[in-house]
Amino acid sequence: MDFKNAQELLELCKKENCTISSIMKKRECILSETTEEAITAQMDHSLKIMRESVAAPINSPKKSIGGLIGGEAQQINRHRLNGNSICGPVLSKAIAYSMAVLETNTTMGLIVAAPTAGSSGVLPGLLLALQEEYHLSDSAVIDALFNAGAIGYLAMRNATVAGAVGGCQAEVGVASAMAASAAVELMGGTPEQCLHAAVSVLMNFLGLVCDPIGGLVECPCQGRNAAGVAVALTGAELALSGVKQLIPFDEMLLTMYQVGKQIPPGLRETALGGCAATPTGKKLGCSICHK
Amino acid sequence: MAFISVFNVLGPEMIGPSSSHTAGACSIALLAQQMADSPITDVEFTLYNSFAQTYKGHGTDLALLGGVMGFSTDDRRIPNAFSIAKERGISYKYIEADPDPDIHPNTVDIHITCSGGRSYTVRGESLGGGKMRISRINHIDVDFSGEYSTLIIVHYDRPGVLAHITGCLSEKNVNIAFMKLFRETKGDIAYSIIEFDGTLPEDAESQILRNPNVQDVIFIPIQRRS
Repeated sequence: MDFKNAQELLELCKKENCTISSIMKKRECILSETTEEAITAQMDHSLKIMRESVAAPINSPKKSIGGLIGGEAQQINRHRLNGNSICGPVLSKAIAYSMAVLETNTTMGLIVAAPTAGSSGVLPGLLLALQEEYHLSDSAVIDALFNAGAIGYLAMRNATVAGAVGGCQAEVGVASAMAASAAVELMGGTPEQCLHAAVSVLMNFLGLVCDPIGGLVECPCQGRNAAGVAVALTGAELALSGVKQLIPFDEMLLTMYQVGKQIPPGLRETALGGCAATPTGKKLGCSICHK
Repeated sequence: MAFISVFNVLGPEMIGPSSSHTAGACSIALLAQQMADSPITDVEFTLYNSFAQTYKGHGTDLALLGGVMGFSTDDRRIPNAFSIAKERGISYKYIEADPDPDIHPNTVDIHITCSGGRSYTVRGESLGGGKMRISRINHIDVDFSGEYSTLIIVHYDRPGVLAHITGCLSEKNVNIAFMKLFRETKGDIAYSIIEFDGTLPEDAESQILRNPNVQDVIFIPIQRRS
């Protein structure tokens, strides 16, 4: 029981008449020779860490190690609680939550890489906001995490999730594709709709570069996690409405990988281009080095 | 490599901010300290390339020191590694090596001295996503990942030694996944690295040590996943 690409995953879902998450759980049980109880307990542990990594910076923010970020999640959350959000309840909450995880990450707090540390805010941000706004159970969210794991696994297997190899589209892009697919399953969509949502996200992030100021996982990473949530939610909304994507997931993933390799090295996590190479980015980067 | 688990995708569970510069660094040090035969008193980290340039901003220094003290990547004590090391009487030092394009971007040499006198150097490379490999022990180039249970056998490069080792393991029903012998000069000290499934039966180490050409046996249990 394994699948090498999205086409095989969909065939398995059809054959077994089940969700992407249940295929992913079966695969995990077989390949790691363990039980569903064990992997569910482990995912529940991950979910707890995700929840804590969201809560801490909203309650008591700290400045990041590099000093470039800190306090943004609380600020956005306050704005929302004051009734000033223009995004609506799910998106405004998800934005604040995703940015909170990045703050936890840059203050040496405990996070779950999803799939990487720099993109660790998107998935918990969107899923926890949906859970709260729609009063969903933990077990439904755990299933959604397995669904996200299936998309991330395909990206790791057939493309890359490393910014140094494929740019930010491979990190925040893949994280957002995972979140979009997970959100669709969580809200009752079909396996096909999950993949349409993921395709929409990969398409919208195609070519995004990785250009961290001072080489640190702070800026623009934090803001891109928030943008990732918005793109994921858009993709999920499209898919749940029945809108189909023209390009199949496997082709979209492959093209993401090929585009990634075509991104100049200076724009792949080397801090030599993009935001990092702006006069202000350079100045900030230098001040971190000399700390 | 083992299969890609859902917990490789959603994971590692780690102290931030970077899977390569923080979690990977911690894993290298965690593995290196398992070769100690007595409490560690002294450790020196030589950082190369990107590790040398950005270690402070990524907490690489704290993660390395935490790993040497046995902390895994998700241990909340990592940010306090400096003060904990002081309490434990471990002295530590960081050296920034000159840039070297021939060395992997995220490389560290960890020189460990133990209270019992053992002293050794381990070179590790952080490969991204928290993955890493050990590429050198003392002056011998090696290659293993800690993704399996690992036996490191230090022995003279003489005929029959490998047959003796595999004989001991087969007698104990150990299923070998990978096995490599690394040496610098013919007949001199060599390292045999054996990666295998499951755990090592209790008396296997002493049996392997019975061969007069075997100098030392170091067993590293499988690293906890994620």
